[in-house]
Amino acid sequence: MTSLTRTLADSATMLRRNLKYQLRYPSLTLMLAGLPIVFLLLFVYVFGGQLGAGLGGHGAAGGHGTAHPDRGAYLDYVVPGILVMTVASVALGTAISVATDMTTGIIDRLRTMAIARAAVLTGHVLGSVLQTLVILVLVTGVSLAIGFRTSASPLQWLAAAGALALFAFALIWLSAALGLAARSVETASNTPMFLTLLPFLSSGFVPTASMPAGLRQFAAYQPFTPVIQTIRGLLAGGPVGAHAVAAIAWSAGIALVSYVWAVRLYNRRRAATPN
Amino acid sequence: MTTTNRAAEAISARGVRKSFGKHLVLDDASLAVADGTIFALLGPNGAGKTTMVRIASTLIRADAGEVRVGGHDVAADPDAVRALIGVTGQFSAVDNYLTGEENLRLMADLRHLGRRAGRARIAELLERFDLTDAARKPASAYSGGMRRRLDLAMTLVGDPAVIFLDEPTTGLDPRSRRTMWQIIRELVTDGVTIFLTTQYLEEADQLADRIAVLDHGRIVAEGTPAELKSRVPGGHVTLHFAEPRALRSAAGVLGGATPDADQLTLQVPGASVASLRRMLNSLGDSGIDVEHLSVHTPDLDDVFFAVTGHATADPAEQEALAP
Ligand SMILES: Nc1ncnc2c1ncn2[C@@H]1O[C@H](COP(=O)(O)OP(=O)(O)OP(=O)(O)O)[C@@H](O)[C@H]1O
Ligand SMILES: [Mg+2]
Repeated sequence: MTSLTRTLADSATMLRRNLKYQLRYPSLTLMLAGLPIVFLLLFVYVFGGQLGAGLGGHGAAGGHGTAHPDRGAYLDYVVPGILVMTVASVALGTAISVATDMTTGIIDRLRTMAIARAAVLTGHVLGSVLQTLVILVLVTGVSLAIGFRTSASPLQWLAAAGALALFAFALIWLSAALGLAARSVETASNTPMFLTLLPFLSSGFVPTASMPAGLRQFAAYQPFTPVIQTIRGLLAGGPVGAHAVAAIAWSAGIALVSYVWAVRLYNRRRAATPN
Repeated sequence: MTTTNRAAEAISARGVRKSFGKHLVLDDASLAVADGTIFALLGPNGAGKTTMVRIASTLIRADAGEVRVGGHDVAADPDAVRALIGVTGQFSAVDNYLTGEENLRLMADLRHLGRRAGRARIAELLERFDLTDAARKPASAYSGGMRRRLDLAMTLVGDPAVIFLDEPTTGLDPRSRRTMWQIIRELVTDGVTIFLTTQYLEEADQLADRIAVLDHGRIVAEGTPAELKSRVPGGHVTLHFAEPRALRSAAGVLGGATPDADQLTLQVPGASVASLRRMLNSLGDSGIDVEHLSVHTPDLDDVFFAVTGHATADPAEQEALAP
């Protein structure tokens, strides 16, 4: 067996283990889906009217058949932000599940076996990516149900899904690394928290133009903004250009650095001593 | 062990040192395990047994010294070692969220057994470890003994040539312990090498071809059970008396005996039939009544005491554990 086929086979085995967990304990997936859906409803129904009125020309479609035109415009504006926020909040779960897994005896057993080095982590990461995609489908379903409208072609939908999956892959590797770096499961549930904050400091919920100067600059240059702008562009059926390039570059960069960091942490980490 | 042929050694350790912080846990420990034999590392709580197993099974690195398993250096070539070994640690290493069968399947997949061979091996192990009925229950619902059996079954999935068992029978009832011993004996008849740790002297005596006694990180004795036992002279007889006066007169008659006034017992060295007869004769001649007596042939407890100067249960350790 070559080392590549071994890596693939072992990663697939560990992925199956992860998916079995998810199917056996679906409540975790539902909980992770709950947060972005609550935010979606909150932003659209509580703040939507007001924020939609302030959008000016930023609304993507606006004025379609909803009872409240401003709210409809805001819904169309915020859905890409909510989708990217979904990616971030599901990634948070990976840090916790990786940190928890590292405290269990089975990991010590796996460390004494000749299996591909990254397989344990790859199983977690790919499992979380698939989980993210399922949750994204749920969130998109709710968005459509409450009136989200888009003129995107099937190809643009596919491209949006691809961009979200790539960003999820990056953030999940990052989260896995943070989970490994944490000294305890509690720490692991806190350190990646900033990931759920970043969407608010981006173009996700309000246009960056409405922000004070310093914040506007930060929002313009942090990775969530190009990803959100790419999704927004694709779902509006419009061009994405430079945003897409930046989104892919950020995703690839974060994924690569986090992967190397996570695998190093995993291999260096001292075996658990439960006594 | 200096003359042992290295090629025939499944495991060898030379001058292994390991500290955790300032605490020196293994102090220049050396040992050698011949191919196809059972080796027992015997020692009380905190002696460093688990640390030795963790080093030899590639989980942690020694600070100094060299450990080889199947000829491969554990520090330089851990993957070659991992391909040879199976490890059942002191603490449960099963996946609680998976069923017994799924745990074994996970091992079969990671050992790349293939679908058919994997399925056959899993069925065979479930049967052998009496887990067939519980195969589809999550391991979290297993009793301690079932979990221990599953743990060992998982270790055996890939037919490892060298198996580490860290306190394999701790927490098992006497019947399960005997079953486990039987399984361990069967494994060596198949040519496997077994490195086990235990706190039970009887277990080492029953199973091991060679025993090393570990105390505070040092190997204080090494040899076959018979060799170790031959290091302690004799054995002894304990006489129990009904009243202190009888104890005092008996102590006077039998020179070299150790009286215990609280327990009303007298410990007399020597447990051979001849010495026993002599002792009973002189007691009868003096008209001393003995309530009853117990004969104590030398066991590894005596060996442990003889080589370390203290009993297996370390009083300092016990104090440290007291609330
Ligand atoms: N990771 C660790 N960090 C700090 N100290 C440790 C660590 N692992 C072990 N020790 C210490 O090393 C000593 C030996 O531990 P070890 O687990 O090897 O003993 P043992 O012989 O297996 O004991 P037991 O019979 O209780 O299992 C103990 O004093 C323990 O506290
Ligand atoms: Mg131990």
